[in-house]
Amino acid sequence: MMLWNALLLGLREIRRNMLRSFLTVLGIVIGVAAVIVIVTLGTGATLQVKDQIGSLGSNMLIVRPGQRMGPGMTSTAPAFTVNDAAAITREIPNIVAVAPTNSQSATAIAGNANWATTVTGADNAFFTVRAWSLASGRVFNDAELRAGRAVCILGASVKRQLFGAQDPLAGTLRLNKLACEIIGVLVAKGQSTMGADQDDLVIVPLRTLQRRIVGNQDIRLLQLSVRDAADTDRVRTDLERLLRERRHLAKIEENNFSIMDMKEIMATMAGTTRTLTGLLGAVGAVSLLVGGIGIMNIMLVSVTERTREIGIRLAIGALEHEVLLQFLVEAVVLSALGGVLGIVVAVLGSLVLAHALGVPFVLEPGIIVLALLFSGVVGVVFGFYPARKAARLNPIDALRHE
Amino acid sequence: MVHPNPDAGGAGSPLIEFRTLSKIYGTGTAAVAALRGVDLTIDAGEFVAFMGPSGSGKSTAMNILGCLDVPSAGSYRFSGTAVETLDRDARATLRRHYLGFVFQGFNLLARTSALENVELPLLYRRVGPRERHQRAAEALATVGLTGWETHTPNELSGGQQQRVAIARALVSLPTVLLADEPTGNLDTVRSHDIMHLLRDLNQTRGITVVMVTHEAEMAAYASRILSFRDGQLESSAAARGA
Repeated sequence: MMLWNALLLGLREIRRNMLRSFLTVLGIVIGVAAVIVIVTLGTGATLQVKDQIGSLGSNMLIVRPGQRMGPGMTSTAPAFTVNDAAAITREIPNIVAVAPTNSQSATAIAGNANWATTVTGADNAFFTVRAWSLASGRVFNDAELRAGRAVCILGASVKRQLFGAQDPLAGTLRLNKLACEIIGVLVAKGQSTMGADQDDLVIVPLRTLQRRIVGNQDIRLLQLSVRDAADTDRVRTDLERLLRERRHLAKIEENNFSIMDMKEIMATMAGTTRTLTGLLGAVGAVSLLVGGIGIMNIMLVSVTERTREIGIRLAIGALEHEVLLQFLVEAVVLSALGGVLGIVVAVLGSLVLAHALGVPFVLEPGIIVLALLFSGVVGVVFGFYPARKAARLNPIDALRHE
Repeated sequence: MVHPNPDAGGAGSPLIEFRTLSKIYGTGTAAVAALRGVDLTIDAGEFVAFMGPSGSGKSTAMNILGCLDVPSAGSYRFSGTAVETLDRDARATLRRHYLGFVFQGFNLLARTSALENVELPLLYRRVGPRERHQRAAEALATVGLTGWETHTPNELSGGQQQRVAIARALVSLPTVLLADEPTGNLDTVRSHDIMHLLRDLNQTRGITVVMVTHEAEMAAYASRILSFRDGQLESSAAARGA
């Protein structure tokens, strides 16, 4: 009965003071929404970075001829050969697969559509090393690899550019002057961490590339997949020794090749991501705090200016706890309304922003609960506390309050 | 909670009795005595005016009488109940059941219709909605505001607002109506209207009226005048004899 009364009085006051109620709710909406939007976008971005790192394939070593060079420098170091790849497989333990590749830019033409892309020559080890599976079709067979047949597998972007929604399998793709049969399409990997489109490529058997497109036997890139539990550093040392030997380097000569460890790159990236997440948490905490202060302000102001009203209620016979219950109802209703609206605004805002920024939309239930609880508690505490202060005054002092 | 029971006082004791009542604001050297040992009694059915210049203590006496403020020393009996021993809620209950207030500044709730303002005391007394509406409408009719029920205070003149305030004080059928400068914000014509209304309520309904005023013209409506000066009653003996 008392609660019902307080509910009636509280709701009546909310309805009667639409502007004040609206401002209070707005404060809470902004507080809640800001936190949720920031954290949602941040989580999406973090996840995206993680996905991109994962899509590169872990436990990978990348070997290139020549030292890492600055801009404008060219390498005179000799390329690798298919025999180098075979020697690595044969002599170094803990290697799952070695994918020797070479690439060249080419124009891919299908029907009357054409697209400038990169054509990569590789064998089936490539798919293992890069942890890349096919969306449709099949990988190369031995005959195709041995004979250097004109067959190709498309990256998702190339397929989209040239065929759209059509099924390209069994169709023909012209790479410069070579017409090849399309036997497969790769699954999409999306952008790499550096922003390049990983799906913008066409893969042909290595021998096809060497004989019919590039016209030499060079291997410009060796990608190695190391066994999961293996010591990558050890593999790397073995690899370095083997390659120095095969490339006849004297003791005083520097390596004329470079080995990159994806694990190192990933560790760096993971560190960056951790920093990003931490930063995000800090920004979220600050916005929560700012939102909380906003809610606190509006509640303090609105309740303090109602001290006289509290005096009137006390004078005509309201008990202290009846007045407090009414203010509590008002604070709870406004905070809850603000919280729910804040979530709606945040979800819509995050959806739009995530789409605009090209970030995946990942809603964290934890932050929603946290934002809601925090704003609710702040709203209720600061709606309740000044009301309690006012209700404890002598009624005459409350009445005289200006 | 001590529940006041004014009816238990019996016919012999006065309705309101102050004994050497003092009120001191502030402490130490800054302390100001607003009331210094006031003795007064008011019987049921009286119409008493508190008069005196500003700072004479008349409003303080009224606020203590209305349980809106507490005395620093001395005793206040309301129909035999020692009010100074009551806690906040007991004083609020006493206000709720026996006292009605009319203030100089009207003190109506803004953006709230006349009817809802008048209903408010009944809401705190847990009166059901139908009876609430009916009694509030009757109270508004008593003060001559039938037809103005849905108007909010800012749509009413000062005199009308004060009538709404009187209706709000009346609606809970109080034993005592306390009016603090009820005509202070009104012109002469409206002031006399309000005074007529208060006198009628006193005479036809037997409601005890205690009014604070500094205008002799308004005090003349009362059956007894108590003059305050420097926190003391100046002429209570003379007035009582009158």
